[in-house]
Order: sequence, then C-alpha cells, then structure tokens
Amino acid sequence: MKKIMSGNEAIAYGAYLAGIKVGAGYPGTPSTEVLENFSRYPGVYAEWSPNEKVAMEVGVGVAYAGGRALVTMKHVGLNVAADPLFSVSYTGTKGALVIVNADDPSMHSSQNEQDNRHYARAAKVAMLEPADSEEAKRFVKIAVEISEKFDTPVIIRSTTRLSHSRSIVELEDEPPAAEAEPVDYERNASKYVMVPANARQRRLVVEERMKKLAEFADSTPINYIVPGGSELGIIASGVNYQYAREVFPDATFLKLGMVYPLPEKLIRDLAGRVKQVVVVEELDPFIEEQVRLLGIPVRGKDVFPNIGEFSQGRVRKCAADAGLIAEGASMPAVELPSLPVRPPMLCPGCAHRPVFYALQRLRAAVFGDIGCYTLGAAPPLASMHTCLCMGASIGIVHGVDRVRVKDRTVAVIGDSTFFHSGITPLLNLISNGGSSTVIVVDNRITAMTGHQPHPGTGRTLMGKEVPEVSIESLARAIGFKKVDVINPYDFKVVLNTIREHIQSGEPSLIVSQYPCVLNTREKKPAPVVDQEVCNECGNCLRIGCSPITKSDRGIMIDPALCNGCGFCASICSRGAIQVWTAEGGGEN
Amino acid sequence: MAKIKRKYDFLFAGVGGQGTILASDILSEVGMRCGYDVKKSEVHGMSQRGGAVESHVRWGEKVYSPLIEEGKTDFLLAFEMLEAARWTRFTSVDTIAIINRHRIFPPDVNLGRARYPEENEIEGILAGTGAKVLWVEGTAKAVELGNPALGGVVLLGVLSTYLDEPADVWEKAVADLVPPKFKDLNIMAFYAGRELVQK
Repeated sequence: MKKIMSGNEAIAYGAYLAGIKVGAGYPGTPSTEVLENFSRYPGVYAEWSPNEKVAMEVGVGVAYAGGRALVTMKHVGLNVAADPLFSVSYTGTKGALVIVNADDPSMHSSQNEQDNRHYARAAKVAMLEPADSEEAKRFVKIAVEISEKFDTPVIIRSTTRLSHSRSIVELEDEPPAAEAEPVDYERNASKYVMVPANARQRRLVVEERMKKLAEFADSTPINYIVPGGSELGIIASGVNYQYAREVFPDATFLKLGMVYPLPEKLIRDLAGRVKQVVVVEELDPFIEEQVRLLGIPVRGKDVFPNIGEFSQGRVRKCAADAGLIAEGASMPAVELPSLPVRPPMLCPGCAHRPVFYALQRLRAAVFGDIGCYTLGAAPPLASMHTCLCMGASIGIVHGVDRVRVKDRTVAVIGDSTFFHSGITPLLNLISNGGSSTVIVVDNRITAMTGHQPHPGTGRTLMGKEVPEVSIESLARAIGFKKVDVINPYDFKVVLNTIREHIQSGEPSLIVSQYPCVLNTREKKPAPVVDQEVCNECGNCLRIGCSPITKSDRGIMIDPALCNGCGFCASICSRGAIQVWTAEGGGEN
Repeated sequence: MAKIKRKYDFLFAGVGGQGTILASDILSEVGMRCGYDVKKSEVHGMSQRGGAVESHVRWGEKVYSPLIEEGKTDFLLAFEMLEAARWTRFTSVDTIAIINRHRIFPPDVNLGRARYPEENEIEGILAGTGAKVLWVEGTAKAVELGNPALGGVVLLGVLSTYLDEPADVWEKAVADLVPPKFKDLNIMAFYAGRELVQK
C-alpha cells in the first residue's frame, strides 16, 4: 500500500512506526503539521508546550525515563530550545530523543534564514536530513536507533520544501500497541546532574561518542555513493540532492542522509573516483568547509549562492555559469510587465484591525511581535515599527522607554507569543520600575500557524478541557495595578483606553480580547454602503480590509469576502455604512 | 496499470481559498493510481490570507525535484486570470495554459493604485513564450452547478481530456478526496469540465 504524504506527515508517521509515544513542540511554519499529525495516531500523547525550550525539556524528561520522545519546532525555535539541547548532549538520553527542526531557506514565513546544521556541530549531536517523504518516514526510525545506541539526542533537519512537498510513502505494519509496564526511575547523578565535576567527565564521553558517530556515518546505509561519470563528484543531502540529480545526470554522487558528523571515508572514496568534487547545499558552506578541512579540493559556494532556497533551475544556471555543465538554464527570455501583487493582509473581520487603526490614529511608535498581528505593519495600517523575535516586544519597549524619545510608545504582543516568551519581560518591566504600556492582542488561539491551542485556550492538543490562563490575572498577580480588558470592536473604548494608558506614566497592560473569527467561524451579514450618504472620503479604505473596494459605482463591500464584523461602520464619520442587526433591520 | 510513457509537469496557480491545493492533491492521486512516481510542492502559511498560491505536480517514471523547472511546465492550470500571467516564466512553446476566466482583484486594484490587465494582455504575455492558451468558463460552470468552489474540479475535467488516463480513475480520485457531502456534485463538476472541451 502506498500513500501520498507531505514531509511533515511522513515524519509523524515514521515517529508512530518507530514506537515514539510522546511528542511535544511549539507551532511554527514549516514544522507545525508534524506534531498535529502525530497526535492523531492511536496510543500516543502529544502536547503544544508554551515554547520550544519547555517542549525540549518535556522530551528530555521522557527520554530520561526511558521513553521515546519527539520534539518539534521551526529553525528559530531551536534558538529558544538551545539551552537544554547543549547540555542534554552531555547527559545523554537513555530513551530516544528525536528533535525535528525545520529550516526555512528563502524565509517563506520566517524572520531569518539561519542554517541550523550548525547546531548539530555546536551541540555535538547527530543530524539526519531526509530528501523526500519516504526517507522522512524511514529516518525517524533510524534516528531512534542512533539515539538509543549512542545515548545522544538526534536532530532531524527538514526544510520548508521537504516539509511541504508531497511524495509517495510505503505504508508499513502498525507498531505493537502494548502499554509498557511502569519502571523504576534510574538515579544516576554523575550522568544526569550537570555540576562542573560531573560535566567535565561527561565532556569526555561526548567526544568519545562523536568519534563513534563519525565511524557510524561511514557505515550507515543512509550515506551512499551513486556511481556515475568520473568528471564530477556531487555531495548533496535533502531536497538539494533531488535538484542536483536533475542537473547532473552523469555525475557520481555522495548522497548524505546524515549531515553531521560527516563520513570521512566515503568523502575520500568519492574524491578518489572523480576529477572534481562539488557540494550542492543551500545556505552556509557547512559540508563544503568540512570537506576542505580533510584536504580535499572542493567547490561549493564559489558556484552556488549562500542566500535563498535552491531549485533545479537555479542550480542549473549556477552550474552552467561556472562551466560545470554545458547547457544553461532554459528560462524563456520573457519580459513580464509589473503585475499587481497580492500581499498577505489581516483577514476580513480580524479583531486586531481596530487596535492598529487606533494606534495609527494615536501616531504611536509600536514595538511589535510575531504572529498574525505582525500584518499590522503593512500599509495602509502601517502601525508596527519593530518585529524581531518571539516575545521581544516588551523588552524592547522597556529599553526604548529608558531612552528619552518624543513618541508615544507601546508594545503589542499576541496571546500565544505572550505565553511563549512575553511573561519574563513583563516581570522585568514591573520589577525594574518600568512605566511602559503593553497591549496583548488576545484571540485565544495560536492563529498564524493554523489555530493551535495555547495556555489561554482552555483545551489541549489532545482535546482535553483545562483551565484557561487569564492574562489579566497573571499581570495583576505580578504587580500591575493598571490593567484593562477591552472588546476591540468597541472602537471608542479601544482608542480612549490606549490613549489613557500611554499617558498614565505607570506600567500598564491592556488585553484586547476577542476570539479569532476564523477559528470560531463567526460570520455576520455584510454591511451595505448607502451611496446617497457616502462622500467617498476613503476612511474605510484605510483600515486595510479586502472586501472594501472603490469602483465607478462608489465604495462597495463584497458580501462574499466580508465577515460582517462591522468595524468599518463604526469608523465611518458620515454613518454611511449600515450593519444588519439581529432584529433584521439596517442600523448605522 | 498504465505504462509510463513520459513525464508530465502541471503548475497550478490561484488565490488562497480557491481550492488550488485540493485540485492538485486530486491530480497527484490520479498520477499515483496510474503507476507514476509523483511529487507535489506547494506554498503554505501566509498564502491562506488572500495571497497568490502555486502548486507544482509532477508525474514521471522517477521524479526527483518536487519543483517544476522554469520554462518547462507541460500544463499551466490557472484558477484566476492574473495568476496565469504571474507564472508565465514556467511556460514555453510546449505548454498548454488552461485559464479560468475569473478575476479576483488584488488590494491595489481595489484601491485604484494598480490596473488589472485585460484578457488580451494576459493572453499576449503568455503568447510571448509560445504557450497555447485555452480559456475556460470554470467558475461560471461551477456557479451553474451551485457552488463556485467546484471550479477547481471543473478545471481538472478540462485537463483530463489532454491526458490518456481513463476518466473512471479520475472520477474515483475525485470521489475519494473531496468531502463526502460534496462527492456527487464534484463528480458532476468533473464531467462538466470534460464537456467544456468536447463542445
């Protein structure tokens, strides 16, 4: 039996087949679907943790207790989880600890393009990189075996292209469903308590392990040579291997399934077979530099760029320019006129829109964060002025407020981001005598990545009802005196509350709370523009809501796209936009 | 099982919410059931918020890259007219461009800051690479059947007439992949698409 699966679905399936019973992660494109799919298999437990560090620590606990753990995150998430990663490399894991990390070359939905293969080297752990969905499935099992055999965490590296491509996967027999009997927890302080004296001993173990892993790299069947011509020897892994196979049909290949540590003998074997060794790798010259350190002449980043995602067309063009192949890219010389773009916008009916419209009216300098609401930075709202990393907004506004700037300042952070890493900077703000204003735009769900639950949702990934964490109570508990919860659609209140908080000169928090209408599927009838009353002032066009358009017939609202939130009606100075009330009549 | 004669590349272009992803999933399934190796690649994430959506489907004896190479697609299936023009660089004299005669205005057009190209301009842009253009009333046909969301499957019906794979394999794949509630409607939409070409 065969099934077409995305890379992420295949990783989840592989984890299930490999007997992994516990998964933890934090949502982040392009990694999110791994844990979502894993959670649907029978006999497993999966959770969204508040952030990647916590997810990693949950996975470490599972592995310490002898269980098998899956931990998932996007590339920048591993920055957050790096602290436990670097030291669990020392303690080892007992049970398997498989970390799925998805990089995002070309930044399809990320703030940077970091190459997380460096983490494997820096933390001294093994890293595997599958090249299609079938390998994605198979490599999880191999990662489990490596983790348990060598007592080490193993990272499986994906990229956006692998995670979100679909290819054929062979279905396998279901794993045994048997529930393991409870075991005694193994107490072994010298291995698991990383005080300096113990850590120094474990440091030696880590180096021994790296040597054994390097030997393993030379013997594992997931690293192999594809015999070919004697001109070119190509080293590649992941989806880049697929591009290279199309561009260099006659070359000899070293296909790497394990990208750290590298197989020295196989690399020397390849070099002995060909006149020229070329590494085809996206982002940094990670493999290339290590090959060069072996004393083998190698080409790589002198041929292919270190910025952006590859494709076979891009690899072909670079290879032709460098004289590695005769034929050039087949791109037609077509002059495209500039076509109107379709930038992502806040959804129709989005509860974040009134907050940004108010901040625009107040001309505030807005220190933002990561989520749907980052779209508040886009015109016409254009009311966010920084977006750095998860949870940065509150620390940044506090820093800005330590410098005397003339502007009104405010931090804007989403609810999921607040739980992820906004609480600690909020503590910092209050405990260091800060006076900044923080707005939590709270839609009760992690919306950007497709509506995953978080500590404020009241429901877990497995569907269990749990208490909703109140952001208001949390802020009051740590000492905030000025806290208001507002309904974002009540625009006068939004505007007045934000203005008053900013002017108050005391540390303050506003929770702008309304459940994401895409998640709750709330939809009301579209308002109608009374063309007799409308003077086409354009106010409603400046809220950046896609159903509102200007045509020869005046301002129109497309009822197919409109969510019926009525925000446009509330800011129309002439009362020309009529919302439909429950009583069935039009109302201004 | 059909004999693998050659490879096919199909590029889908549309706007978030048009059903581009579902249609390309159905096409992938048809390929696998007919014995092809199949790969598909698509964009996720930001695209669901009204952005441009592209999806690459490749059939072949052995498919390496999940992406279609520029200038090499066999078919361009555009669910929206402007999106047809946007992906011109993937087309060539060997490309058949099946374009749904349907316009979704981007924000800048709505706000009067940009102009939506005329139909003959879009055809002219694609003609620049030699691609053959077939205009299809996919959305109109779907509306006639009662739901504009059926447009994607109408387009698959049109596409199926260019390929040798038997109609019943397509019908079965449509039936298996669409929500059960809409199965019969989608099968009707598929055959309506086939008839659009035969007329």
